[in-house]
Amino acid sequence: MQNWLAMLKGAKRYPSLVAGVVMIIIFISFSIYAVVALPYSEAIRLWRGGPGVWDETPRNAGPVWFDLFIEGKVPRTIAINLEDTGTKTEEATSDGMKRVEIILPFQYDYDGFPKELRLYSEARYEGSREPATVSWRTPDGRTIILQENRVLRIEDTYYISQDDELRTRLSGIAPHKGLFADPNNEEKPLKGEYQLLLTTEVPETAELDAKLVAPGQLHGLAGTDHRGRDLMVALLWGAPIGLMFGVFAAVGAQVSTFVLSAIGTWLGGKIDRLFQWLTQVNLVIPVLPLLILIGHFYSRSLWTMLGMVIALNVFSASYLTYRAMYLQAKEAPYIEAAQAYGVGNLRMIFRYLMPRIAPTLLPQFVLIIPLFVFLEATLSVLGLGDPVLPTWGKVIYDAVDEGALYKGYYYWLVEPAVLLLLLGVGFALIGYSLDRIFNPRLRTL
Amino acid sequence: MRQIINTLGKFTLIRAVLLFLAVIVAVYLTVIVANLGGQLDEIRKAQIRFDIGQTAFGDPSLQSLPPEVVAEMLNEMAEREFLRLGMDRPFFPMRSFEYLWRAMTLELGRAERLSSDAGSRQVRNILMERIPVTLALFGTANLVLFILALFIALFLSRRYGGFLDRLIIALAPSSAAPGWFYGLFLILIFGAVLRVLPWGGLVDAPLPDTSLGYALSVLRHMILPVTAVVLGALFASIYTWRTFFLIYSSEDYVELARAKGLSSRAIDMRYVLRPVLPPILTSFLLVLITMWMGQIVLETVFHWPGLGSVFYQATQMSDVPVILGVIVIYGYLLAATVFVLDFVYAIIDPRVRVGGGAVRH
Repeated sequence: MQNWLAMLKGAKRYPSLVAGVVMIIIFISFSIYAVVALPYSEAIRLWRGGPGVWDETPRNAGPVWFDLFIEGKVPRTIAINLEDTGTKTEEATSDGMKRVEIILPFQYDYDGFPKELRLYSEARYEGSREPATVSWRTPDGRTIILQENRVLRIEDTYYISQDDELRTRLSGIAPHKGLFADPNNEEKPLKGEYQLLLTTEVPETAELDAKLVAPGQLHGLAGTDHRGRDLMVALLWGAPIGLMFGVFAAVGAQVSTFVLSAIGTWLGGKIDRLFQWLTQVNLVIPVLPLLILIGHFYSRSLWTMLGMVIALNVFSASYLTYRAMYLQAKEAPYIEAAQAYGVGNLRMIFRYLMPRIAPTLLPQFVLIIPLFVFLEATLSVLGLGDPVLPTWGKVIYDAVDEGALYKGYYYWLVEPAVLLLLLGVGFALIGYSLDRIFNPRLRTL
Repeated sequence: MRQIINTLGKFTLIRAVLLFLAVIVAVYLTVIVANLGGQLDEIRKAQIRFDIGQTAFGDPSLQSLPPEVVAEMLNEMAEREFLRLGMDRPFFPMRSFEYLWRAMTLELGRAERLSSDAGSRQVRNILMERIPVTLALFGTANLVLFILALFIALFLSRRYGGFLDRLIIALAPSSAAPGWFYGLFLILIFGAVLRVLPWGGLVDAPLPDTSLGYALSVLRHMILPVTAVVLGALFASIYTWRTFFLIYSSEDYVELARAKGLSSRAIDMRYVLRPVLPPILTSFLLVLITMWMGQIVLETVFHWPGLGSVFYQATQMSDVPVILGVIVIYGYLLAATVFVLDFVYAIIDPRVRVGGGAVRH
């Protein structure tokens, strides 16, 4: 133990070890923060979506810090609720109906156009529905009718930016641009107060609610994906999942190999040969295709994958490395002495042989963690990631699948990739430094 | 000389037999996993039912019959089809061996959905078409990797502790990420931002007219994937191999050779490179095995029309025969890789050559 401590004290001489440890500590705190700040159920809700979850987020919006590199004021998401800023006037008309006018005003002083324009409304009542008129008032006093005779469903979404008829009237400019454009310069938006008006007739007892959303070009610290999901959810939760997968798989795979090679080497003879042959067989088993097969036919759950990864790595290639070490350790005088006073096989393996080699396990073990972290990403990139959990690999998969590179949404791919790389490099830095510390043959060189 | 060839031959034969046994075990395991809980059969049965339903749907003579009768008929047809395919017998033990035999000989019949570029639906044709494409990329990439890593490692071991040495060793952790991962960045930089190299694929479209143009176009498409593979493993290999070089070049006989005044080139070639090659080959073998796995994703990322891509497509379309076929081929390729490296090992390791038998470690 003292020996170990002395070795670790010497770690100060290895700046890469310190750097690696710092990186991993940052990732661990990041993971703890993720789990605390965004509880599992909330993360899953935000990631998997459902009614209304992604209503107010833009699709494919860049992260807000892009602002620093772009000239002018880049539009953020604007959401105008009736409750907060809107006004509603009601006026009774004949036979139990009332005329409702909702005005949703908002201040627009960005230098660019929003990504989209959507109007959500809710009118809960039974019976026939009167047509509604949606119109738009610009700061310079023009009034544009967006739609007349729109029949509002109980929960209605009017995708203004996808209204082709309106687009034609705006001489072919997409509505979310055309409605904001300065009449003298179509490239620039007109700044000032805009208003959206919604008028219709509803029964006197009915309530009418409306919300206008103009998703911006930037959203959140990480941006959003093609569904309007905040990438931050996946970036945050990818850390604990990746760490857990990597560490569990590495522990399972390496420790089992370590123990089995000790048993095989100590007992020798047939068992040793059998284990060696199993390792040979394992080398020839195409692990990744097999995992893909399992993911495809049975379950893509992270836990199944973890179990299979461990099972397929019990007789991994490190068996041969460990065996060579044990063969050397077997010759040590204290082993001979222990044998002379009649130590049993179990005690010999677990108390005498394994502790001697254990330090060499450590660098190997740390070096193998990133391989498993990336294995999870690899499976995700092949579309076999866990269907529920938000992971970095799945973000990369979505980005590649949706052509993020073709469309220029580089942040979508680069953010999870850089995090993965940093996590991998963190472990690798520790592993290589430990290798130098624990491998005396290299130290004396 | 004759004796050497004899021992080499014996050694090779034993290794070949052992490896072939390993492949059989691996493939049998795959077959069992693929059919765990009868899933393979279920999928096949569902497909057969669907196909029969489709044919019946377009058959006008059936449309006048009441639906129950048609359903009954379809069911009967499906049952007959199952019988014809021998799906009524239990999976263990006989049918599993049948699957194993069919898998080993690649007699996997017709693909369910995929077809080869030449138009064949035979699994074997689909796969055979892809193997050269995969081998071209895999071979080139790993040859480049091996040569680069070997010479840089040798070069660095002579400049131990120098700036370059420390720089490259500091880069070793970069190999924590696999090749396809760097592939994404390479596509981003050279394909998307700079637009100087193709994003992926095998050859330009439309096809170049001359065969020279074709070859050049393929080479151009290979630059990024090869670079990706090399980046994914280069620095870790250099690190490991440089260590081997350092260990072996501090041996007494090397000191003696130096004292005799031999040139450093002669020392490297005769006294360092020879003993160091066996451990390097072993470590390269492990790299190669990981590389085979990474090939699937790499090909998917670069749209390289090899085995990996076809495997990805097959899983996307649930084409069971093709999936099995690719796994079998992968088993063969892995075994072949182990075999070739074992053979080279036997040639360069005098203990194997003279003593006979597989002496390792």
